[in-house]
Amino acid sequence: MLTYITRRILYSIPVLIVSTFLIFTFVSLAGNPTDNLRANPQFSVITYNNLQHKYHLDRAIPVRYWFWVKDAVEHKLGSSLVTSQPIWPDISRTMGHTAQVIIIAEILALILGVAVGIFSAIRQYSPFDYFFTSASFLGYAMPTFWLALLLQILFVDIYLKWHVRIFYTAGLNNPGQGTWSFDRLQHIGLPVITLTIISFALYSRYMRASMLDVINTDYVRTARAKGLPESKVVMRHVFRNALIPIVTIAALNFGGLLGGAIVTESVFSLDGMGYYFIQKLGQLDIYAVMAYLVVTSVIIIFFNLIADILYGYLDPRIRYE
Amino acid sequence: MSEPTVPVHPEKPSVEHLGDLVVPGMALGVDNTYEAGLELKARSQWSYARRRFLRHRLAMTGLVVLVLLFGAGIFANLVAPYSFEAIDLTNVLQGPTTVAHHFFGTDEIGRDFFSRVIFGIRTSMEVGVFVAFVSSIIGVIVGAVSGYYGGWIDNILMRITDLVLTLPALAILLTAAALLGQGSQWRVSVILALFFWTGLARIVRGVFLSLREKEYVEAAKAAGSGDIRIMFRHILPNTLGPIVVNGTLSVGAAIIVEAALSFLGFGIKPPTPSLGSLIASGQQFPQKWWITVFPGLTLLVIVIAINFVGDGLRDALDPQQRRVRA
Amino acid sequence: MHSTRSSGEFVPEPVLSIRNLVVEFRTEDGVVHAVDDISYDVYPGETLGIVGESGSGKSVSTMSILGLIPQPPGRIASGTAMFKGKDLLKMKKRELRRVRGDEVAMIFQDPMTSLNPVLKVGYQLGEAIKTHYPKEPNDKVKSRVIDLLRLVGVPNPESRYDNYPHEFSGGMRQRAMIAMSIANSPSLLIADEPTTALDVTIQAQVLEVLKRVQAETEAATILITHDLGIVAELCERVIVMYGGKIVEHGDVHTIFQNPRHPYTIGLMDSLPKLTEDEEWLRPIPGQPPSLINRPPGCAFHPRCFLSQGRLPCREDVPALRAIDGGSDHKSACHFAEELIGRHSKFAEPVPAGGAS
Repeated sequence: MLTYITRRILYSIPVLIVSTFLIFTFVSLAGNPTDNLRANPQFSVITYNNLQHKYHLDRAIPVRYWFWVKDAVEHKLGSSLVTSQPIWPDISRTMGHTAQVIIIAEILALILGVAVGIFSAIRQYSPFDYFFTSASFLGYAMPTFWLALLLQILFVDIYLKWHVRIFYTAGLNNPGQGTWSFDRLQHIGLPVITLTIISFALYSRYMRASMLDVINTDYVRTARAKGLPESKVVMRHVFRNALIPIVTIAALNFGGLLGGAIVTESVFSLDGMGYYFIQKLGQLDIYAVMAYLVVTSVIIIFFNLIADILYGYLDPRIRYE
Repeated sequence: MSEPTVPVHPEKPSVEHLGDLVVPGMALGVDNTYEAGLELKARSQWSYARRRFLRHRLAMTGLVVLVLLFGAGIFANLVAPYSFEAIDLTNVLQGPTTVAHHFFGTDEIGRDFFSRVIFGIRTSMEVGVFVAFVSSIIGVIVGAVSGYYGGWIDNILMRITDLVLTLPALAILLTAAALLGQGSQWRVSVILALFFWTGLARIVRGVFLSLREKEYVEAAKAAGSGDIRIMFRHILPNTLGPIVVNGTLSVGAAIIVEAALSFLGFGIKPPTPSLGSLIASGQQFPQKWWITVFPGLTLLVIVIAINFVGDGLRDALDPQQRRVRA
Repeated sequence: MHSTRSSGEFVPEPVLSIRNLVVEFRTEDGVVHAVDDISYDVYPGETLGIVGESGSGKSVSTMSILGLIPQPPGRIASGTAMFKGKDLLKMKKRELRRVRGDEVAMIFQDPMTSLNPVLKVGYQLGEAIKTHYPKEPNDKVKSRVIDLLRLVGVPNPESRYDNYPHEFSGGMRQRAMIAMSIANSPSLLIADEPTTALDVTIQAQVLEVLKRVQAETEAATILITHDLGIVAELCERVIVMYGGKIVEHGDVHTIFQNPRHPYTIGLMDSLPKLTEDEEWLRPIPGQPPSLINRPPGCAFHPRCFLSQGRLPCREDVPALRAIDGGSDHKSACHFAEELIGRHSKFAEPVPAGGAS
């Protein structure tokens, strides 16, 4: 097991490097950070050229990448070109807020999704199954941003009609309230609900399919032939095997969740990474955009690693590949 | 069952013709080509699939809905009561009504929303189909080459697809659209297509990888068929099922992603109509719910219909599914 | 009380007595008549072979009496299966569960997929014991499992106990499956094509293990297979099934040497005889019948060389009746008498002088 873990960690490192390099190359090629400035009459050509030199923009891409990495490591992702403010403090602050929303949503979606998936599979074709299969179908097709908007409209309406604030529809906190307050809960409630619904649709569908796959395997038949009671068959043989692919799905979904965060934070005006990213993208603040992409990429690779390790724990066949 | 070591009766077909026994229809999931060649069932594989699809009520409903909606999109000029830009400042922000055909109401400068939605459908449809088509072609080529030849080509191509998976999808697309898209429908479509091919490439690669070891491929090789011929004639037909299913579902996925991009302001920009930007305009007027609801509802209906059709196709074309209803 | 055969010997009560079993499946395309009114007995200590092609109903008949057929879409339409005085088909699920794995055990066909890949082999074998005897202390269970593994010929059973299934080869997995099935010393063992999925050389080894296990436990065995070679080697009596029905049954020598049903004859003819030179193999022409739309009359008549389109074959379902005097040899063919005097190629040569 230990060798497996080490191998996966070692494998992640080149992935990390290539990933960040690709992002850097892509962004640099697509948008020259100083394009904005060129049009700005305040900057003379000489200043422009100096800037070019200072930021190594006149060098080849791999060289620039190297400088950027050095800068990122030493100066914590450097400073924005537009605001000249350091990037890292913004990212670390917003990262915490996004993490709060995403992690709660993911846990809720997994628990609910797995539970519903199991029951749907055991009671196949029952009303329960039909209802939730349809619901997850709906959730799967639903655009995240639209769901967020609908919820927003709904709760604004509720407030206007009945003067009762169940959930807030904008911002992270009312002034003076903290990160773990009830007030925060009221503010992140809707984004969490949005993301939970979307992910739940995915997990329940896959869990159900996985359960059905496993229920029909030969080894489950063997377990029954041994005389095991059905409850033990399901719990010990079916459930554990069915859970394995879900680990992969949950890890792969993480990228989707981060994308969902971008959208929900925009709709609900939350001070999160996604919102930050959108702002910076609108300003064409290249370094900030790059920082965001790299940070999220690292997060995704990290969670993929966790999922790989978990997978190796659950499925002994993988450990010896 | 042990293979007969004694030669079988001469009336059975010989090895050279084995390649021709594998007709595309038969290849759809039928594994025992030898026995299948003896039955005349080969011809009915396609019609069997068609029968299964037609019996799938949800898929048929979806198909009807799609035909209606996409038809409206294609013939938008004929269907929409107003043009996309027709401004009528006397009729600003009206709710849905049957008066003057403003079924979906009007927006903040009096443009008929129903017409705008219909033109939006056309754009979504164009983007979806384009992306699905182009990404499928790329995906099939990459997957086929990767799966068939294996070795370092496979390694590199699969590493690339793995890498794409570790990138934050929406963020990358947003960045690409913001920097390169310039609000143009076609640029955005190309960007999406260049991202979407990885899914199908994996699936196709899987099929090629498993099938290239099969006996009928060996037989065809022994008979002297070249690589391209083998890939096209023998293996590719087996991938048609997943290609069609995946392609269909990608249309829906592409439509949603484009809507999200446009909603956030980085995708297709006005004046080109887009359901996403229509929804975005609704944010300024949360009371005027129709501006948010109708384009979103249209999106939802389109994607659900596509998913139904995709599911129906998967049921019809995937023989592994054995759904026995009591 | 003992039953007597017509020759007057005393024979013990059968371990399993199936009468008029009918099993159907409802599918999208129609009702599949998988098992159509079959009856047979299994006596203690004997090995009964059930032979047939895929789709003949051989597996379904045994799986249904153990309740291993999913009941929608499957349905046991009628019949009884008396096991030690109780009807398995009428038992409540909980009772049947107690019989399964304890007194009646089953070995399945594909060892590669019959074991749970994420659990250790020793654990899975131990589970078979603990399910029925939960009070047994764990170390006793473990040592019994190790003994069982040794009995079936798994090398280093103590360390193999902690292995996962993917660390076992196909043959070893099947041995482990056999060990699992005899863990509770069942009175009846059902082996459903135990060697079909294995290489030929491994097949021989596994069959040896099966023989050894039978000798150890003295269990009655039902051996389901399509391989006549295995039948010849292991079985004392044989049942031949076709299209969901029993078409012939008798002891193994009779069936091989003097088959009295055209299908059985076809089966014998399609085998190569190793001691003679043959130019062509002779498979039975045609396809197995659809179990949804069965041909009227005898299910085999479209492929039968004896029928020649005669009316009774096309209209009446032939009953299983005694042939050749003894009640041990039965055949379901309208014209079985016409086959009397025929010998298959496996028959011993008739000594000069004419005695049969």
